[in-house]
Amino acid sequence: MMAGEGPVSAQRPVTVEAGEVTGSYLADGHTLKSWLLTTDHKRIALLYMAAITAFFFIGGSAAALVRLNLVVPEGLLGSSEAYNRLFTAHGVIMVWFFLVPAVPVTLGNFVIPLMLGARDLAFPRLNLFSWYLFMVGGAITLWALFVGGVDTGWTFYTPLSTSYSKSHVVLAAVGIFISGFSSIATGLNFIVTIHRLRAPGLTWYRMPVFLWSLYSLSVLLVLATPVLAITLLLVLLERLFHIGVFDPAFGGDPLLFQHLFWFYSHPAVYMMILPGFGVVSEIIPAFAHKRIFGYKFLVWASVAIGVISFFVWGHHMFVAGTSLYSAVLFSILSYLVAVPSAIKVFNWLGTLHKGYIRFDAPMLYALGFIGLFTIGGVTGLWLAALAADVHLTQTYFVVAHFHYIMVGGMVSAYFGGLHYWWPKITGRLYPEMWARAAALIMFLGFNLTFFPQFILGYLGMPRRYATYAPEFQVLNVLSSAGSTILAAAYLLPLCYLVWSLLYGERAPANPWGASGLEWRTPSPPPTVNFIETPVVTEDPYEYPPPVAAEPHV
Amino acid sequence: MSDVAVAPGSLAVAAAAPPRHGSGAGVRHDFQYRDPAYQSETAIAGMWLFLATEVLFFGGLILSWIYMRHGSRAGFDAGARRTELVIGTTNTAILITSSFAYALGVIFIRAGDTRRVAKCLAAALALGLAFLALKFGLEWRDDFAHHLFPSDPSFPMRGSAEAGARLFYVFYFIGTGLHGLHMLVGIALVCWIIARVRRGDFSRDYHTPVIAVGLYWSFVDIVWLTLYPLIYLVGRG
Repeated sequence: MMAGEGPVSAQRPVTVEAGEVTGSYLADGHTLKSWLLTTDHKRIALLYMAAITAFFFIGGSAAALVRLNLVVPEGLLGSSEAYNRLFTAHGVIMVWFFLVPAVPVTLGNFVIPLMLGARDLAFPRLNLFSWYLFMVGGAITLWALFVGGVDTGWTFYTPLSTSYSKSHVVLAAVGIFISGFSSIATGLNFIVTIHRLRAPGLTWYRMPVFLWSLYSLSVLLVLATPVLAITLLLVLLERLFHIGVFDPAFGGDPLLFQHLFWFYSHPAVYMMILPGFGVVSEIIPAFAHKRIFGYKFLVWASVAIGVISFFVWGHHMFVAGTSLYSAVLFSILSYLVAVPSAIKVFNWLGTLHKGYIRFDAPMLYALGFIGLFTIGGVTGLWLAALAADVHLTQTYFVVAHFHYIMVGGMVSAYFGGLHYWWPKITGRLYPEMWARAAALIMFLGFNLTFFPQFILGYLGMPRRYATYAPEFQVLNVLSSAGSTILAAAYLLPLCYLVWSLLYGERAPANPWGASGLEWRTPSPPPTVNFIETPVVTEDPYEYPPPVAAEPHV
Repeated sequence: MSDVAVAPGSLAVAAAAPPRHGSGAGVRHDFQYRDPAYQSETAIAGMWLFLATEVLFFGGLILSWIYMRHGSRAGFDAGARRTELVIGTTNTAILITSSFAYALGVIFIRAGDTRRVAKCLAAALALGLAFLALKFGLEWRDDFAHHLFPSDPSFPMRGSAEAGARLFYVFYFIGTGLHGLHMLVGIALVCWIIARVRRGDFSRDYHTPVIAVGLYWSFVDIVWLTLYPLIYLVGRG
């Protein structure tokens, strides 16, 4: 990897030639075909956004039913079978069809070429193909979930998934397998694009942190997803042909499945959160109106997280019968991954320090992210500690921990980024007061939903059961009540963002006064992104010096 | 920071000509690239990265294979000794020759000799088909006839070696099956390249797909060069 400060420029300027459309990409064709066969990264980002939004609300509905069931100790739905299928549907949809793809394929797809000063991704047709793979995989998985569902949990642990489950494991796994290739195609496209299509003067150290984060994420996508593919394939073949790889009845080894699965799925956790880090690193300097603090530490922390994340998977298996020595090693490595994560948090705080902070909606989401991610991260250390993990594993403590990272962190970042780039994407401003209200309600609803679960888990309530002991009811009711607030908060942006498409104020090119190439082209950008390829001559986050403040006496 | 003022929704078109491609030196290139050579290098980089994902895909399988053999070595080796060493070795020679033919084709296209390219690629294709015929027409047929499929109730091996031998054949069938699927994809791609060569799409200046497919074709060989010792040699050692 080239990381020098030298005058490395991947691209010479490309100028608009005769016949190229210089108007808004949204006006470049109004037919269905002009959308479904587009190779424009901006339009593909919107195709993805429509799909991701649908998956988010389907997965969210499953979660709502899970919380509904847990209002009473004996379970409102009255069926453990149905409950198992619900939380599996929630996990499968949210992990593979929302959390992993959400930021990269929507915001990333839209913004990467703009941030690079490029006209498109390196492989636009591959980009469109990846959307179709995603849709086919998603449709098959949804079909599996609607015709009867899967009861194995999103982890597909063997031998339950291969021999004992009587649910639609095969269909769901085929859907996930196919959508995995969509992830691989996206990651490949991003890596090649960032290497090859940087504007003149855009050296690696002049790239925004968002690009570094997505680069690191893409490496994870490209290296880890194929391992998930072969693992799911082995599960499928074992289930279909009754041959053993994982089932001890056929001479197989169930621990092997866990190793392979978590070799993908732990990096997958960082696939979900790394783009969130990137989004927050854009929003914080823009709304603190200040250069980002410790740029090089931030970018190398992204890379370090990507690398270390490949060596921590064993912490999912502390109680699965692995050797003590491997457990100690994985515990230490898991502690280690907290270091670059903490570096990021401190750097964001350093950026805020003495900044000119504006509390617009994207900033509220970003600040929420910092707090909730920190809680999620610190509780992760409890689970990385071998002795504490024995008590806490398989309880609601784990559920609360990863929801603080995934929902408190990643979903906040997604909404923050969505609001931040909404004017650029649509050419419209969203209603600011509504957006701030939604951000605050989301924060409150989230904490009310998930904080009680830390206590429940610490008190010993196991996860994945449809019923529970009566003494846990108060905290469960609190959690379910919080989830209704959270649901309302999620519906708000759906309403006012759609409203803004029709009635929102027209957005100027740079409504936030933010630095970054994407703000130097009109909102919405022309199909070619830049009428003239920009030449980069400065570092990222080059904010004008703040207005002269009163000197301290 | 300059705000470029273009009214949103306005559709300004400079002139009526095909919009998506720039032109340079007679070879087309996509509008995000400055010239065809730069685009070509980028495409090849993408192909290498794709092959890296394939390494991880087969890597997961081969790692599981080696790990499971470690657990039940006697059974694995008993299973491996029933494989058809002659067919496997012949196939190895066939595949390497096929890649050689393709690589020769790449040398010719770089010199602009499209007639010889077509011949080389046809030879590579024929050898690929010969591999598949031997592997699936002969070897798999015999394996099924000898009840070697791992869930076959009359699996020939009994006793302590049975579970391990069955596992060996799990990996044997999955490994060769996946490799065969990759061969089929490769054969389709080589056919596509031959058709395009005949149509006169490629020249000394533009032949990126020939090289990209060649990389894939050689990669599938390399997968075989990993599977070959695992299947035929290790258990006989």
